[in-house]
Amino acid sequence: MFSHPTAVADSRAQAGGPAPLISLRNVEKAHRTAGGASYALRRISLDIARGEFATIMGPSGAGKSTLLAILGMLDMDFTGEYELRGKPVHTLGAAQRRDLAREHIGFVFQQYHLLDELTVAENLAVPLDYRGVPRSERSARVADILDRFSIVGKKDLYPRQLSGGQQQLVGIARAVIGKPSLILADEPTGNLHSAQARDIMELFARLNTEGTTIVQVTHSEENARYGGRTINLRDGWME
Amino acid sequence: MTATAPERTTPPMDADSLISMRNIKKVFATDEVETHALVEVHLDVKQGEFVAISGPSGCGKTTLLSILGLLDATTEGEYRLAGEPVSGLSAAERARVRNRQIGFIFQSFNLIGDLTVYENVELPLTYRAGDAALDAGERKRRVMDALERVGMSHRTNHYPAQLSGGQQQRVAVARAVAGEPAILLADEPTGNLDSQNGEAVMALLKELHEGGATICMVTHDSRYAEHADRSIHLFDGRVVEDTGHAESRRAGVAPATPA
Repeated sequence: MFSHPTAVADSRAQAGGPAPLISLRNVEKAHRTAGGASYALRRISLDIARGEFATIMGPSGAGKSTLLAILGMLDMDFTGEYELRGKPVHTLGAAQRRDLAREHIGFVFQQYHLLDELTVAENLAVPLDYRGVPRSERSARVADILDRFSIVGKKDLYPRQLSGGQQQLVGIARAVIGKPSLILADEPTGNLHSAQARDIMELFARLNTEGTTIVQVTHSEENARYGGRTINLRDGWME
Repeated sequence: MTATAPERTTPPMDADSLISMRNIKKVFATDEVETHALVEVHLDVKQGEFVAISGPSGCGKTTLLSILGLLDATTEGEYRLAGEPVSGLSAAERARVRNRQIGFIFQSFNLIGDLTVYENVELPLTYRAGDAALDAGERKRRVMDALERVGMSHRTNHYPAQLSGGQQQRVAVARAVAGEPAILLADEPTGNLDSQNGEAVMALLKELHEGGATICMVTHDSRYAEHADRSIHLFDGRVVEDTGHAESRRAGVAPATPA
């Protein structure tokens, strides 16, 4: 029903509201196998407004991480339509997608994805290298973010000298340093104790109040309560 | 036993070794307790060796790897890397030597999920400064060479999430070798892989070794330790067993560190 090219624009006109930050129409992801196709996502149509804090939940294998990877443009092997800030992502070439993602999206990963051989300050500078931020501005941006996250004292330490909670704090600081309008977080507290997890979730809540849109994937009902809306997936379908 | 043991003597530094450590001690102190992670470690690793470091959890093997990799400083003792004394260096100087001389491979791959395969491999090269800095053309050549060596040059624009665990670890190996380091340090490189992918990564390390790479690998899995040509066993912060280099063993030469 949403298969023709102007479906996104039509549905928006009907709703009459401002353009959502994220708009998916009929998004499907299939893995081709010898025995045919198996679907990771089926007919996902979804709008996420600016300033929302949305949670994607569902059992293992439901397609949560696949959906997050598509939202983050890390996986472009899907059919259907995806608009980010009104830009039709599904029609863009690889370089344009990368630029769009780097301008607007920050990622937080369960495994932190810090480089063990770089200090905290160097890890924080990594996204700036890939966003064309002039060298002269990088150290100021790093200093700002260290200050904002109260981790100035840790700037010369290596990730393995930090607790898991502190590593994830650095992981979030790295996601935020590029000034994204959207944060995508995949099980951000999956490796943390409950007290550390609460600190991290409160930080997300604060970033959200300050205007950042957040989409998180989680198994935790408690984490989901920090968000304003839950999207449930099962076997690739939205419930 | 300690009462009757002869007094320990420290073997002299070996000038030919890529790595030479004498009397290395590492103490972690908190408010209440001191933990002696490494007590008295002597270790020589020659150019081209493939050394497996094993031992039970808490034996000090990860601490040893951190010190070998200049991620951490020693509390006491002398460490020379490629002839250069590195035990007394400041953190910033250690970082400079590390970036030039050492390639790391970690259990959890440590790839950054929103960078492409190419960018992940290139990343450590962009942190080189001074005389080790590389121009864009040389960086590209090294990245592509490294990806070809691990059989991943057809995946340069993929993101880690689009790769299997085994492929991700191959990319991590490419990242480690792209800097053309003097030594590769691998911390449980197969720890997050199933046995088939684990074997594939070990075969890759072996191939790099046969191509001349010097490798130190921490593993608790004896199956993987057998791929190395020398095995060191740590217990309570000491080297308690060292098979010596395979060729020295065949020639009947005793290792520098007696068991």
